[in-house]
Amino acid sequence: MKVLVPVKRVIDYNVKVRVKPDQTGVDLANVKMSMNPFDEISVEEAVRLKEKGVATEVVVVSVGPTQAQETLRTALAMGADRAILVDAGAQDLEPLAVAKALKAVVGEESPEVVVIGKQAIDGDNNAVGQMLAALLDWPQATFASEVEIAGGKAKVTREVDGGLQTLEADLPAVITVDLRLNEPRYASLPNIMKAKKKPLDVKPLDSLGVDAAPRLKVLKVAEPPKRAGGVKVESAADLVTKLKTEAGVL
Amino acid sequence: MAVLVLADHDNASLKDSTHKTVSAAQAIGGDVDVLVAGQNAKAVAEAASKIAGVRKVLLAESAELGQGLAEAFEALIVPLAANYDAVLTPATAQGKNLSPRIAAKLDVSQISDIVGVVDANTFVRPIYAGNALETVQSSEAKKVITVRPTAFKAAAEGGSASVESVAAPAAPAKVRFIDQRLVKSARPELAGAKIVVSGGRALGSAEEFQKVIEPLADKLGAAVGASRAAVDAGYAPNDYQVGQTGKVVAPELYVAIGISGAIQHLAGMKDSKVIVAINKDPDAPIFQVADFGLVADYKTAVPELMAALG
Repeated sequence: MKVLVPVKRVIDYNVKVRVKPDQTGVDLANVKMSMNPFDEISVEEAVRLKEKGVATEVVVVSVGPTQAQETLRTALAMGADRAILVDAGAQDLEPLAVAKALKAVVGEESPEVVVIGKQAIDGDNNAVGQMLAALLDWPQATFASEVEIAGGKAKVTREVDGGLQTLEADLPAVITVDLRLNEPRYASLPNIMKAKKKPLDVKPLDSLGVDAAPRLKVLKVAEPPKRAGGVKVESAADLVTKLKTEAGVL
Repeated sequence: MAVLVLADHDNASLKDSTHKTVSAAQAIGGDVDVLVAGQNAKAVAEAASKIAGVRKVLLAESAELGQGLAEAFEALIVPLAANYDAVLTPATAQGKNLSPRIAAKLDVSQISDIVGVVDANTFVRPIYAGNALETVQSSEAKKVITVRPTAFKAAAEGGSASVESVAAPAAPAKVRFIDQRLVKSARPELAGAKIVVSGGRALGSAEEFQKVIEPLADKLGAAVGASRAAVDAGYAPNDYQVGQTGKVVAPELYVAIGISGAIQHLAGMKDSKVIVAINKDPDAPIFQVADFGLVADYKTAVPELMAALG
């Protein structure tokens, strides 16, 4: 069984995000970039499926800038077998365009399951996996906290409003992963070295023949209003008094 | 111009996030219809018909809609969307699950998690865990939007819209519901609660979380929340998580206990009206957003707080 894992290069989750003074976007110059944390979880899950003998091949794919090769190498170091970069150059892609590009890759690779992070921590859209499933007419199981694959079916426990839900989907299917699914491994130095020799194909986005034109125009990117700092209180009793009199919330 | 709002409900009662999404729809303008999709959800449709300003309520029922299968919602909503200029869904876990599927089928770009309506084509949405606000303009004839409920005032009661049944299309066979385990609680629901008491990693265990956070929540009539660290460590169920990838809350009062205040957590609660933080580390980032900070060990501070509340 082949597993396809899309990954995205994003600003590192520890970096404090700064809005550009001209309000055209977020400052990404000289900022540490990493693999989207949710995608680390999906790579880990795919590699575990291979280690358990459920998957035979793990292919990672990124639809993004040329530098996303580094992100793909990280995934290869974690244990993926080969990588594909759909090079979009400097073009900023909306989730719909990414889903269309991924659909084209699925057409070429014919995986039985796509395991993808539930959202990227830059755009926070939470959309690509669901859109890909719709474009392929595949079933989806989003926000997975537990995945079992056997007999051409995926049994997925999902984090839903109010608790957990379990679904069973016929393969091929798209699974989007949530935080509790696993704890991703760190790539060891020998594996990082080995990853340099694993195959990484680069194909231009244009070669896939998909409509990647933006549908939304970003008018501005602004800083959110800042919360004014508050006061320190001396004791719990003081706190209750202030909540009753000053804040009026009790 | 007409807008369709997908109701948020549990087949028994209508959630307040529906009223808030209706208010976002009214800001866009035009006629607003509400779609109640579920099973045995007639009471929900009746409740939706009482929201002021709603033109009509559509009720679609099937087992698969009741189970919340995204594929069933896609089959229902994609043809219905032909009658509307915009389809709005509350950005709950379920809304996030199904809305992008509808957008992709309609070949439109979803506008996710909006917190503001500038005009019928222009919207404000948070990116980077709410560290930036993006204003986007859509040129598409049809819009598919998810709405962050806490950013909008609830539409008032007082309407008397008609309820119309619509057929639920045949169920998808490729995915099946097996079961669900929902957290049962007599407390208010986290997403819409007026007061939220949240615990963090400092609590150290599930037992301690229950012993410290829950009685305080009950005393205040509050919902219980948790930081990602506390949920990851198994101190609290996933449904309690407040933050960038969990629930976004904006209660009147948010009490953070033993929570350091990672950016990802702040993203889920910084729009609360009043924030209280109790943490023994005076440098914890949570104090930068707290209106009232108490530098103290929760072990002594929470019992004192309980006593002071009477």
